[in-house]
Amino acid sequence: MNWANLLAQMFNGLVLGALLALISAGLTIIYGTLGVLNLAHGAMFMLGGYAGYVAYAYTQSFLVALIAGAVFVLLVGLAMERSIIRFFYQRPAEDQILVTFGLAICFVEIVRYAFGSLSKTVPPPPWAMGITSLGFLFYPTYRLLVVGIVIAALLALYLLLYRTRIGMIVRAGIEDSGMVDALGINVYRVFMLVFGIGAMAAGFAGIVNAPVVSLTPDVGESILVQSFVVVVIGGVGSFPGAVLGGLIAGEIISITSMLNPAYAYVMLFAVMTLVLVVRPQGLLGIQGRE
Amino acid sequence: MVHHPFRQRLSRRQLLGAATLTAAGGWLCEGAHPLTSIARAADHPALGTYPAGSTGSSVFIGITVPRTGTYAVQGEDELKGYQLAVEHINTGHDLIKKISPKTSKGILGKELKFGVADSEAKPNTAVQEQSRFISENKAVLITGSTSSAVAVALNKLAQREKVLYVAGISGSNDTTGKDCVRYGFRQCFYGQTAAAAIGPVIVKSLGKNKKAAYLTPDYTYGHTVQHSMEDYLNKNAGWTTVTNQVAPLGAPDYSSYLLNVANSGAEVLLNVNWGHDAVLSIQQAKQFGILDKMQLVVPYQTPFLAREVGSGLLAGVYAATDFWWTLEDKYPLAKTFVEAFDKKYGYKPEWGANNAYMEFALWADAVENAGSFYPPDVIKSYEAGRKLQSTVGEVYFRPEDHQLVRPVIIVRGKKPGDMKNKEDFYDVVEIIPGEGLMQKPDAFGCSLGSYT
Repeated sequence: MNWANLLAQMFNGLVLGALLALISAGLTIIYGTLGVLNLAHGAMFMLGGYAGYVAYAYTQSFLVALIAGAVFVLLVGLAMERSIIRFFYQRPAEDQILVTFGLAICFVEIVRYAFGSLSKTVPPPPWAMGITSLGFLFYPTYRLLVVGIVIAALLALYLLLYRTRIGMIVRAGIEDSGMVDALGINVYRVFMLVFGIGAMAAGFAGIVNAPVVSLTPDVGESILVQSFVVVVIGGVGSFPGAVLGGLIAGEIISITSMLNPAYAYVMLFAVMTLVLVVRPQGLLGIQGRE
Repeated sequence: MVHHPFRQRLSRRQLLGAATLTAAGGWLCEGAHPLTSIARAADHPALGTYPAGSTGSSVFIGITVPRTGTYAVQGEDELKGYQLAVEHINTGHDLIKKISPKTSKGILGKELKFGVADSEAKPNTAVQEQSRFISENKAVLITGSTSSAVAVALNKLAQREKVLYVAGISGSNDTTGKDCVRYGFRQCFYGQTAAAAIGPVIVKSLGKNKKAAYLTPDYTYGHTVQHSMEDYLNKNAGWTTVTNQVAPLGAPDYSSYLLNVANSGAEVLLNVNWGHDAVLSIQQAKQFGILDKMQLVVPYQTPFLAREVGSGLLAGVYAATDFWWTLEDKYPLAKTFVEAFDKKYGYKPEWGANNAYMEFALWADAVENAGSFYPPDVIKSYEAGRKLQSTVGEVYFRPEDHQLVRPVIIVRGKKPGDMKNKEDFYDVVEIIPGEGLMQKPDAFGCSLGSYT
């Protein structure tokens, strides 16, 4: 056992996990509140990256790219909810899955048509280029910055959900949306907001992640699958569960890769299966919640 | 594992029906070709799509390339090569006539039509789409792959359905090795051949007794190419493998693999990854500072790699490839090909497009020489081992394993400052003849199977 490498991998797992936590938080609050399994969530992640790429190309400013990525996907989310998703709240789950899956294909193919399949790169801000020595490992400076940005974003989401009136309604909606409706609160307006914010979380993660990967229209596909795993491990509809699940997933990928790289991603599904057997509602999920 | 769970059932580009290239009208009736093929049809029993697929004035080719996913860019390039070849065959272009001397217009006087489907680089999707082309369109030829996993699956489909298959991009030792079939033919070389070609070049430039780390995609191509490279370097130059990082196709991030590489003490990083996986893993290796400490080697070059990774990351990097456009300085046919392609598509062709073009040109030659579309006749025509002119000089098919014997091109990445134009990414450092380089036909246990 190489202890330096173990430490390095554990740290790397944390970084991978932080990003997954942010994406999954968006997915889980949408599902928890609206009951809609949003298969276009990966496409939101991709759209955020491309919106940021375009903004960067025009302004050469990474900060503008970050804001553009998040705001653009927020708007797409709101438009999607108003024009299509809201008609599906009362329809069977299969319909919701099909419509969001269909939208995902449309988004991906529109981007492919506009930008082609050749990958695009968004450089990190100049001061975050290069490598930083952490004593036990050398790590890309920008990836360290990603952790900081993601923690800030998660904190903002936490404050929104747990310290504001709208957050209270959202959390109440997760528990029992019928009751919230009965209390005279316009649940559907809240739904629209939740969908927009959930989508924005993915879009923001997309642009934050853009300098780490190179963007292709398919970049959201594998992320979607992973964030589903995270949500299942953490507990469907649970915000803290998404964060915990994200970190666990990151650690599983990193540490397994050290022992046997071929099993890194397989292990993720093995652990998910184990969680489903032992604790079907997920680690921080509540039994009986839809 | 990382693929979308619903993709398996809902194939993305189901349609894309017959895309026919316009051919000059009126020529279909000329000559006696249609008559001879009808006459011959009577001589042979029905087999596969014969004679149903070749009784009309046109014949159909089923093409499956990945248009989405990790290999999408390479799939599109490959498709362009096929389209150009069809256009050239249908119009009787000079380039085709030089490769296939008996070609006038079309093949045996019949116009080529084709359909395209997205394979997503997944074997089951490709098999499903090609089965449809065979049953609905009576395809006389199926083609396309940018993954050896797809090539191997289509090999098996071809043998079962008795329809010819020419592999697209496929570098695995299995395609014309243990999974070879009577109905399958391959133009690009074995991973083993690539290793035998690039091995001496690497040893000469980097020295003996080096510690090597591998990045390997987890399927037939990755495993066989990695194994062939390791085999050559460890046996002939005393190299040792300190780590082999196997990752799934389309892995979204390589950081954990790269940390293992960084901690392995390796001096050379051999990146077997392909397509966008190669782009991403090289870019991230740079981010982790690995490329400053280790020499990068790319055993099997990916089309568009240099364009995509950018910023001179490939400067001084050796790679084995099938074709690079500056070969036009050496081979006249390559010059014609590069010019025709650039004129039509606006960029210099990568090796996937070249490979695809040559596949069709060589098939045209095989059918014209057989004088019939009857599959066993065409196969025997391929197996006759005629020496043909290609865009990389003289080539021929080996009858024992249906592998084209052809040179391997070794390229080295240029520094951005040395590039003469924006597509001048590589120097061709060596062209190694296939004869003598390629292992014996039975080295990977090829047994071709029956003609009927």
